[in-house]
Amino acid sequence: MVFSNILLVFMIGLQFDTYQLMIDNTLRVFTGHIQLQAPGYLDEPGIRKTLPDIQALAEDVRANISGVDVSARATGFALASSEERSYGIQVVGVQPQYEAKVSTLAGLITAGRYLQQGDTNATVIGKILARNLKIGVGEELTILGSGRDGSMAADVLTVVGIFESNMPEMDRSLALMPLERFQNVFFMEGRGHTVVIRAGEFSLVDSKAAQLRQRYGAAANRVVLHWDELKPGLRQAIQADMASAWFMYAVLIVLVAFSVMNTQLMSVLERTREFGMIMALGLRPGRLVRLVLLETAVIASIGLLLGVLLGGGLNLVLSHTGFAYPGMEEMAQRFNLPNRIFPEVTLFTVLLGPGIVFAASMLASLYPALRVKFLQPIAAMKAV
Amino acid sequence: MAAVICEDLTKIFRQGDAVIKALDHLGVTIEDGEFISLSGPSGSGKTTLLNAIGGLDQPDSGHITIGGQRIDQLPKARLADMRLHNIGFVFQSYNLIPVLSARENVEFVMQVQGITPKERREKSAAILREVGLEGMEDRRPGELSGGQQQRVAVARAIVSEPALVLADEPTANLDSETMAQLMDLFVKLNEHHRVTFVIATHDQRVMNYTKRRIHLKDGRIVSDEV
Repeated sequence: MVFSNILLVFMIGLQFDTYQLMIDNTLRVFTGHIQLQAPGYLDEPGIRKTLPDIQALAEDVRANISGVDVSARATGFALASSEERSYGIQVVGVQPQYEAKVSTLAGLITAGRYLQQGDTNATVIGKILARNLKIGVGEELTILGSGRDGSMAADVLTVVGIFESNMPEMDRSLALMPLERFQNVFFMEGRGHTVVIRAGEFSLVDSKAAQLRQRYGAAANRVVLHWDELKPGLRQAIQADMASAWFMYAVLIVLVAFSVMNTQLMSVLERTREFGMIMALGLRPGRLVRLVLLETAVIASIGLLLGVLLGGGLNLVLSHTGFAYPGMEEMAQRFNLPNRIFPEVTLFTVLLGPGIVFAASMLASLYPALRVKFLQPIAAMKAV
Repeated sequence: MAAVICEDLTKIFRQGDAVIKALDHLGVTIEDGEFISLSGPSGSGKTTLLNAIGGLDQPDSGHITIGGQRIDQLPKARLADMRLHNIGFVFQSYNLIPVLSARENVEFVMQVQGITPKERREKSAAILREVGLEGMEDRRPGELSGGQQQRVAVARAIVSEPALVLADEPTANLDSETMAQLMDLFVKLNEHHRVTFVIATHDQRVMNYTKRRIHLKDGRIVSDEV
């Protein structure tokens, strides 16, 4: 029981941090924790669904919501051409000086450099796109698309960097360019599509979203979207993983419950003669039932206490030092992500597993206890 | 007032196809303060009658009244209370709790009754002295002879001063001298404390101590002599 409690505390702490890490890692690549958008843009992105004066809006968020990183973006679709080939891509205008704080792409440059403040006709493109177009750093990329007013948007950009996010879709079809240049090329008139916000810590996302909704949510021409609205599939994937993890925990808990039931049943059977005798002397069957339940409660409490102390202690240490499984650091480096897991230590993660084991143990001891309740003193005293 | 009234008691045991009438429409009245032996061959119904009177076994039909209260219809918890406060049991095989000392075995019933530790300690010391076990209070059953264990069982049965003591072959495992000492103790308790004794026995020497001798055969009373 102690071992299973330690295991549960460790696994649950690790699981909750892993989910947090999984969400954060997915969001930090490009999506951010929260976004301001025009209504309907999420479901049907269109170049005309814009937020006016997007840089000023982003600046307002920076000034009024503390502890967040903010960057404005505008997005369009264009035909990207090199001398040899053409591909349909997504072109995103970003604020170079802020974008690196809301997206990890800046750290995933494999050739050249990331965009800088002051860049004009520079672009950073994905590795697969560069390969497909057969262009490299310093070469020109022509984009041809449709502007916000319906006119043709065209520009010639110089590739200053190539990124590798290890997400094929992004590496194949994404090009970043300075926001102001984008606004000029696509006739945006200062408009943009999203203000991307990243909270300093993942645990602060909900409170920051609430602040943003309070300040910006009332306007009819914009919406504040939480990450689980931006990436609903992420929550579903976590729920699916959680279900399989809880199935494993349930098997462990059932095993512990059966072992408790077996132990208590044997203990009751071994003492049948004594139980019959003390019932004959005048002890009420209900008191014997309480005795069996109390014994289980004592055993389960010791298990709970040791499990919480040892499992919680282990997680507390690991929450400071971090925990990495073999190969994790290498993988994290490839994706520009944290290379250690820090188990979550809260009352919930520490008490949940041992608490359920305690309840299951008490439930499992009901059968042995009820056997005692229905003992007949004479028959019990004849038991060997 | 009658201590125990048994009316038309019947108890049937079935072993495969065989039907054994352990009690066959048996009726008996035991007055307060009586000193009675139940005798008869094996299977005559002595133990079954003791168990029925003690509420350890339910008769198939008939009524049992103790101290004016019908016990054959009481729920298990109330029967347990009745045994705890009114009846002392002495079994042939002593039935002491092996992990407890003589004193702890004697104190057990008082502990269940909710008597304070101080009072328990005083009463157990006094009763163990009375049954001749002074100085052996801390010995466990395994460290005592058969006679000494039976004395502990008697001390446990009478320490809470029950109105009725039911003893099932209490001397079967004892030598003559120890048997005589035990019966002398029973007589003394009966005469000085008016404790009612019902003793199931095969032993003629035990019957000679009793004032009323009931002889059973096939679940019926065949003689009842005073």
